[in-house]
Amino acid sequence: MGLLAFGDTGWGDELFYATLMTLAVSITAMLIGFLFALIFTPLKLSKHKSLNLIGNFYTTVIRGVPELLVIYLFFFGGSGAIMFVASMFGYNDYIEINAFMTGAFAIGIISGAYSTEVFRGAIQSIDKGQFEASRVLGIKKHIQFYKVILPQMLRLAIPNLSNVWQITLKDTSLISVTGLVEIMRQSYIAAGSTRDPLFFYSFAAVLYLLLTYFSMKLLNRLEVKYSRGH
Amino acid sequence: MDFELMINSFPKLLNATMVTLKLLSASLFFGLFIGLLFAVLRMNKNPIINKFSYGYSYVFRGTPLLVQIFIIYYGLGQIEYFRSTVLWVIFKEPYWCAIIAFALNTGAYTSEILRSAFQTIKPGFIEAGKSLGISSRIIFYKIQIPIAIKQSLPAYGNEIILMLKGTSLASTVTLMDLTGVAKYIISTTFRPIEVFIVAGSIYLFMTFLVHNFIKFLERRYKY
Repeated sequence: MGLLAFGDTGWGDELFYATLMTLAVSITAMLIGFLFALIFTPLKLSKHKSLNLIGNFYTTVIRGVPELLVIYLFFFGGSGAIMFVASMFGYNDYIEINAFMTGAFAIGIISGAYSTEVFRGAIQSIDKGQFEASRVLGIKKHIQFYKVILPQMLRLAIPNLSNVWQITLKDTSLISVTGLVEIMRQSYIAAGSTRDPLFFYSFAAVLYLLLTYFSMKLLNRLEVKYSRGH
Repeated sequence: MDFELMINSFPKLLNATMVTLKLLSASLFFGLFIGLLFAVLRMNKNPIINKFSYGYSYVFRGTPLLVQIFIIYYGLGQIEYFRSTVLWVIFKEPYWCAIIAFALNTGAYTSEILRSAFQTIKPGFIEAGKSLGISSRIIFYKIQIPIAIKQSLPAYGNEIILMLKGTSLASTVTLMDLTGVAKYIISTTFRPIEVFIVAGSIYLFMTFLVHNFIKFLERRYKY
């Protein structure tokens, strides 16, 4: 247990901050994912064939390619892409984007593909009558979305979104390959310097279990709240 | 866009695909047995056996696959006693460590898929079997298992695709699978986009094949 002491003698405080880092990356990635879902869900539901194609391309490619490969693409290609854009504006120095943003963005794109599928499914399972009724009542299109469709959609989407959250949370462990000090990376460092990998990786597993357990509890409560009246 | 690099790296990546496919088939093979075992244990009426099975699938589904591989590959070797047993012949190889981790992981998901498939079998099927005087053993092998397999096909197809993507983690324990070789080429040529397109297409092609194969089986076993 001395290995987990807080302060200079143990790894307790380091692992605590690493856990916060995992949470921070997961939440950021989830939000970035929502942004992607906000763009791609309408494309997937669109009546235009070409827009449909773009939406399907995104979800199919991202869900069919390993997460690690996507992370490598961003890790090795991210600063290159930004430097390319910067060079067009006459800035030719080396630019390094930090590991947090690279990681959150890579995981966010993956999480966004799953969220898109969830939102698409939720919108499609809303009764057609709801759309027609709000049109008959003369409700404007964006108000119809916020006041009629969104509340019903959330109720249907929340159980599946909590699955997406679990996937996202576990995917963040892969960012450790880029050097961001989250749970996995910190355990790797601790295991290396104490030569006790069994203890630290098992402890990392416990930390992930705690994170998934408590976030599921929280999301279940949200699910109950949104399914009131059903 | 460096097309020459894309063409040159294709054979190398295709070779590495064989490693990925070997890892995938071995893990799925062992994982199916583990999954079936734990699904049966889960339906046992004894609360201890039941809880044990639930705990297994909860732990393996609640932690990242990366942690599981690292515990098995880096962690187990640390136990002095373990290194003196016969098992060490297997566990010192990263190849087998990866397969064991993948099999245990996919086994946990498979057990959940099979459990829900078993539980949705209509009691009428089993009752009909009983009233015909078929022994419960034969009912299990000849009635319950075939129906469960049929019902779990779509979910199991998804699991195969998830596992295919999961095998990419083998590259973190020094194995040169498709992702491992792709990363090596990227880090030596600094051409991430080209290599991503080639390696990603190979993965997508495999996903496509799995998807269609499952669709084919679903159509065949329709009743």
